[in-house]
Amino acid sequence: MSLQELLHSPLRVVNLGIESFKDTCEAFSPPAIQVDWRPPAEVSPESEAILSKRAARIERANQKALEIILSGTPKLVGLDIARNVIPGMRENLILHSGPPITWERMSGPTRGGIMAGLVYEGRAATIEEAEALAASGEIEYAPCHEHATVGPMAGIVTPSMPVMIIQNETYGNLAYCTLNEGLGKVLRYGAFGEEVNTRLKWMENTLYPVLKAAVARTGPIDLKNMIAQALHMGDEVHNRNRAGTSLFYRAIAPAIVETCESKADAVAVLTFINGNDHFFLNLSMPACKATLDAARNIKGSSIVVAMCRNGTDFGVQLAGTGNEWFTAPAEVPDALYFAGFSKADANPDIGDSAITETGGLGGFAIAAAPAIVQFVGGHAADALRYTYEMYEITAAESRMYQIPALDFRGTPTGIDVRKVVERNRVPVIDTGVAHKKAGVGQVGAGIVSAPMGPFAKAYDALARSLQ
Amino acid sequence: MNTISRIKKGFYFDSVTLMRVGRELSGLPGVSEASVVMASDANKAILDMSKLLLPEIEKASDQDLAIVVRAKDKKTAEEAMAKAEELLNNRKKPNGSACATAPSPRDIASAVEALPGANLALISIAGRYAAREAQRALTAGLNVMLFSDNVSVEAEAALKKEAHRRGLIVMGPDCGTAIINGVPLAFANVVPRGPIGVVGASGTGLQEVTCIIANEGSGISQAIGTGGRDIKDAVGGISFLDAMEALAADPETKVLLLVAKPPQPGVLKKIRALMRKVEKPVVALLLGEGGPPATLEQAAWMALAHAAGQDPGEVAARLEQRDAALREEARQIVAKRKQATGRYLRGLFSGGTFCAEAQVVLHGVLRQIYSNAPLGDSKKLKNAWKPEKNALVDLGEDEFTVGRAHPMIDFTLRNKMLEEQAALPETAVLLLDVVLGYGANPDPVAELAPVIRKAARKVFVVAGMTGTDGDPQNRNQVVEALKAAGAHVKLTNAAASLLAGYIADEMAHKPR
Repeated sequence: MSLQELLHSPLRVVNLGIESFKDTCEAFSPPAIQVDWRPPAEVSPESEAILSKRAARIERANQKALEIILSGTPKLVGLDIARNVIPGMRENLILHSGPPITWERMSGPTRGGIMAGLVYEGRAATIEEAEALAASGEIEYAPCHEHATVGPMAGIVTPSMPVMIIQNETYGNLAYCTLNEGLGKVLRYGAFGEEVNTRLKWMENTLYPVLKAAVARTGPIDLKNMIAQALHMGDEVHNRNRAGTSLFYRAIAPAIVETCESKADAVAVLTFINGNDHFFLNLSMPACKATLDAARNIKGSSIVVAMCRNGTDFGVQLAGTGNEWFTAPAEVPDALYFAGFSKADANPDIGDSAITETGGLGGFAIAAAPAIVQFVGGHAADALRYTYEMYEITAAESRMYQIPALDFRGTPTGIDVRKVVERNRVPVIDTGVAHKKAGVGQVGAGIVSAPMGPFAKAYDALARSLQ
Repeated sequence: MNTISRIKKGFYFDSVTLMRVGRELSGLPGVSEASVVMASDANKAILDMSKLLLPEIEKASDQDLAIVVRAKDKKTAEEAMAKAEELLNNRKKPNGSACATAPSPRDIASAVEALPGANLALISIAGRYAAREAQRALTAGLNVMLFSDNVSVEAEAALKKEAHRRGLIVMGPDCGTAIINGVPLAFANVVPRGPIGVVGASGTGLQEVTCIIANEGSGISQAIGTGGRDIKDAVGGISFLDAMEALAADPETKVLLLVAKPPQPGVLKKIRALMRKVEKPVVALLLGEGGPPATLEQAAWMALAHAAGQDPGEVAARLEQRDAALREEARQIVAKRKQATGRYLRGLFSGGTFCAEAQVVLHGVLRQIYSNAPLGDSKKLKNAWKPEKNALVDLGEDEFTVGRAHPMIDFTLRNKMLEEQAALPETAVLLLDVVLGYGANPDPVAELAPVIRKAARKVFVVAGMTGTDGDPQNRNQVVEALKAAGAHVKLTNAAASLLAGYIADEMAHKPR
């Protein structure tokens, strides 16, 4: 509004700084607004100048990326064995969560998961043998994310593991994820031993064929729709998946009964899904992965397409910077711990499950999940506040995923790295916590803030790419 | 170590609530471990791992709540158990509202989204970040008032060029005051709306003229501050000239009143050229350039005369009468105090423009005037902390403000100096400015009255009051309280300075 117009319009003041100035404006010419300003994260002034100069171009690239993210339609289309379907999967390759990492730098849970995986594959008879083989250099490691896959916690995927196949129907691309093992002593938390191996074998020999046949009968299952419903039923599909699991159960149960020849197997599979509130996590994650992967490689875009952790590093990838990883040390979550455990036992943040936050769910949608607000401060209002704050760092609102308590506002979607850095606010992730020692398992859950480091690096790299 | 447990039958809490209670208990001094869980088989297994599975918990069912505490002694454990009950009871009560209002926006762009019709950004954050936020405000289409200082002159010029290109204005940096559409911004007074439009490159100067106008029963259309550096050639007077143009075109503005210290030549030329083009009366005070108008007071009175359709030439005669009355008042004040000694005036100012105006006023009255911010014939004080002869000290200068709040807000330093100067035998009269309004000290009486009361036992105290009866401090009460403390209070800085000068002059000529 020009100065001329200003002098003939009601004064509407945006106040940055001394708050009493806003109060005076409010008293004389309401409304006025206070900006909760804080100094920006430290990035080079050159990067800032470039990104400011290229703002129009970034905006165009982001519109393209956001349209892809908002219009993706992930569906469960089938199951298969990892080696048959995951691109680039081979016998001596093991996938893990998070950005790339060597055996030497891997955290306890990741190592434990790999050792359990080698025993499961029959490559080692004992855990000791598995550890020696894992460290020998004979086994290759790669991030799930680089193979169209996501894995919760340690995220270990070995060639013989069954995986669910999710197709983004709009763009045709596929994503993969293993089946959720449930809670307790499980490989994804780095646990190993008889119990873990027995369950994995049962999953391969019973759960997988039964589910595969059932999904073949139902045809593609629309996960986008199911997630949208789950949000209305109190899930944020990262740390709470009870509604999503129930919805999936409802969709799949008749087909299991219909297609499974062994009544005992049908009962076992249905009981397993029914007893595992997190079964749906391994569907919400690849649903987000399939949706976000379609928005990769859009030059100039500042939208985040992956956030993930390998228990050592936190990694970020942007739509505009190809396969480049931006990393910083992962932080130890300040979570709620199970009895007998404390922060001292906790491993730094781990897992690809932050793909849900990247896709506008999880911590970003926690306002939809009042049942777990204890993780974020104890009051329903705290959950609303977290979600509100995430609107400050995202570029769009989901057209499909809505939050009833915000009058069905779409979830904050499409993290813009510029907003993260310039507003100095990092994404919140609503996560489980693994014990730092291999083999122990989950010790807590809570909310964790992403470190600023990877975002600051991504910001600089985006600037370099636009120089 | 002492481990105790309690079973509560038929209590249900969700596991996360229980974990929180457990965590709070574990944090109590002397408690090594605590767990509050439903006694399910899975939880019993976890308790067993931590050696917390007491026999009675083993017997409990998954419908029962188990609390177990391990502490350094029995008493500590019992206390923790009581705490657990208390925490669990509190959980049962409704706790706050589920309604959260949207949090404050984190930057200007989202503030603009949240406030339809936003048209001005008022920025008072640390200087090193201020220019960047001002730039963002301009990009968002907002006019800017930049209260922050420590913004480079290069950044200022760049911002103002950009604003000019967009038809916007940047007031400041270091712009302490403005009144836009009747709204006092930052440090400003409550002034009715009226026919006089003010452009000021001097913050306190702008406050003073708007208050005089209000106190004379008139009002202002707009008061636009520009920051003191605007009228340097490096900036080129961009905001000053744009503000003049805007007021020239504004139908509400009948008279323009310009307030500044003398601009640099290039800018002065442009201002004069624009003044000739404006088809409304323009009163320009360039403080220290002579006159008329020579003072803020005279400039305000001339603008008032224009607005009332009177001859501004008559202002000089009215001022002469007023000055004579002040001379007489000074004579009587001095005559009443037989025991007073001292011969010098010591002025301690929180507003730099007041210090400058006082020098203009006193040059015809007193000799040997010294200042840390000398103007005209004044000499430079060797040490601003040690006033000599007739001294006028600007406490807003850098030597006083580094590491301290501005003296308009924090009276501590001036109060200390007032006490020091009152105690010197050479001091005859203390002169100070008191600025009211938004942003200024909310209770000046509480801090000033005791100091004045003490000083007035030894020397004469004169206070110039800048404020209106609409100001939040209640001006009349402040005036009465300061008078009761022993000060002679005038409602303009010029009158106060003159009265103080006459008193010093009377004292200097007093037969001893």
